[in-house]
Amino acid sequence: MIANQISIFAENKPGRLSKVTSLLAAEKINIRAITISSSDEFGVINMLVDDPEKARRALAAGGLTVNLKPVVAVVIPDRPGGLDLLIRVLSDQGINIENAYGFVLESWEKAVFVVEVEQVEKTLEILEKNKFKTLDAEALAAIEPFHYMKY
Amino acid sequence: MYWDQSTETMERSALEALQLERLKKTVDAAAQSEFYRDRFASINCDPADISSLDDIRRIPFTTKDDLRESWPYGCVAVPKDRLVRLHSSSGTTGRATVIFHTAHDLDAWTDILARAMYMTGMRESDVFQNMMTYGLFTGGLGFHYAAERIGALTIPVGAGNSKRQIQFMKDFGTTVMHIIPSYALHLTEVFEEVGVDPRKDTSLRIAFLGAEPHSEKTRQKIQEYYGVDAFNSYGLSEMNGPGVAFECPERQGMHIWEDSFFVEIIDPDTLEPVREGDEGELVLTTLRREGMPILRYRTKDLTRFVPGSCGCGRTHRRISRITGRTDDMLILKGVNIFPIQIEKKLMEIPGVGNNFLIILEREGYNDLMIVRVEVLREFFSGNLKQLEQLRRTITEELRSDILITPRVELVEPNTLPKTEGKAVRVIDNRKD
Ligand SMILES: [Zn+2]
Repeated sequence: MIANQISIFAENKPGRLSKVTSLLAAEKINIRAITISSSDEFGVINMLVDDPEKARRALAAGGLTVNLKPVVAVVIPDRPGGLDLLIRVLSDQGINIENAYGFVLESWEKAVFVVEVEQVEKTLEILEKNKFKTLDAEALAAIEPFHYMKY
Repeated sequence: MYWDQSTETMERSALEALQLERLKKTVDAAAQSEFYRDRFASINCDPADISSLDDIRRIPFTTKDDLRESWPYGCVAVPKDRLVRLHSSSGTTGRATVIFHTAHDLDAWTDILARAMYMTGMRESDVFQNMMTYGLFTGGLGFHYAAERIGALTIPVGAGNSKRQIQFMKDFGTTVMHIIPSYALHLTEVFEEVGVDPRKDTSLRIAFLGAEPHSEKTRQKIQEYYGVDAFNSYGLSEMNGPGVAFECPERQGMHIWEDSFFVEIIDPDTLEPVREGDEGELVLTTLRREGMPILRYRTKDLTRFVPGSCGCGRTHRRISRITGRTDDMLILKGVNIFPIQIEKKLMEIPGVGNNFLIILEREGYNDLMIVRVEVLREFFSGNLKQLEQLRRTITEELRSDILITPRVELVEPNTLPKTEGKAVRVIDNRKD
């Protein structure tokens, strides 16, 4: 399944990230994961949100430069070696990971690893063959913050 | 197709005879002003000495500093009660200069600008939206009266207020617009924002681009986006304002109205005329102005004559796009660079947005050129590597052109500074 990641071009100057988060907060969009990769004066903010299309519209209307991009969100076991398992499978099959980040779904149980790859379809095939579960936008939106439920 | 056929297609010999007659009159008139009276006396020059066009070289050049020093009325050649209007150039460097007009001068100015606009195909059936600042700046009122003289419905909307500009274009069926090129590029963003497509939703067909030098690529971008034919124009307030030179439909250079201006192109260092066709500084003499005649004015604009005759049948010579100004030339590590050179290169690179800014800094004993470039919104794919690649491409392209490695910084679309719709191109922070 394919998930949509939202990417924002942002200069490295004060207030850029807060502009993003406040625009999303105003639209009641929930950020599931966020990473920032940056060069000297500019960078790219990557996010998984519960409603990517709505987020794209809100950010663009706020004057930001936004792109929606398909990524693969893989569920991995949240324990030592969990990520290694996934990476080994992908690298054995010659998949080059351009960017990646992860977040925990359920402490010591499940985590999600988000990978940006060029060959999305092929990556999905490989993962399916190797019994990895992937999440689409809807599934990501539906995820309850399980760690709260543990309380 | 001609506004004034006999003048526009006049045989060269007749045109030169007309120039000589008007030059004599102009020199005589100028001698009535305090400034030129003193100047002629100081060099023992008598207006009666002018018996051929070549004799103009006996008269010294006039510079912007001369005009400043004669502030306010030193260059006026008629009794003050004959003056009906003044215009002033923006005083971006030093004190402003002021130019005075009699009713005859305004009439002659309106005439050559109407001639130019008519030449591009504008007619009385057109709706003309003048998106320039009105007031002391000549771009607003100059075009305004010329458009009315053609008989077009003229909308004096002025600069700024982008959403209203678009609304007017739609509601009034604007067919011709007068716009600063960098603002035309900026306005594309607003069109996107309000969801209006100028090609489908407006009747625009002609754009006059002025008040700012721009590259051929910028013209193409504007033509493509708006679905118009865009015409380059040239003018400066010291020579009335817009209408000095204008492109005809052939668009192979701008016809400079030689019945109204005597044109020289000189080497700015030796002050001698360049060879026909070579680049040099444009020097102009008013031939139809009585309130404030100006002789051999050094415009600081660099251009050249376009050789050969024009397919449109007009006999007035053509000058090329202004390639720079002798005073906006940047000298960096001993290399001469014009901002227009950088614009030209940038606009050829896919992914580059609508605006850029050059910042010069001194780091220790070294000069550093920073080029901030807006990224094209559609170019962004969410990939940092792609942006870094764009930055490398820009750096490399500029380096190969200007022989200096600039520090290129990519910035978000629509974030670079503008004044009055005009793009700010250079900030020099070097302290001497
Ligand atoms: Zn022509």
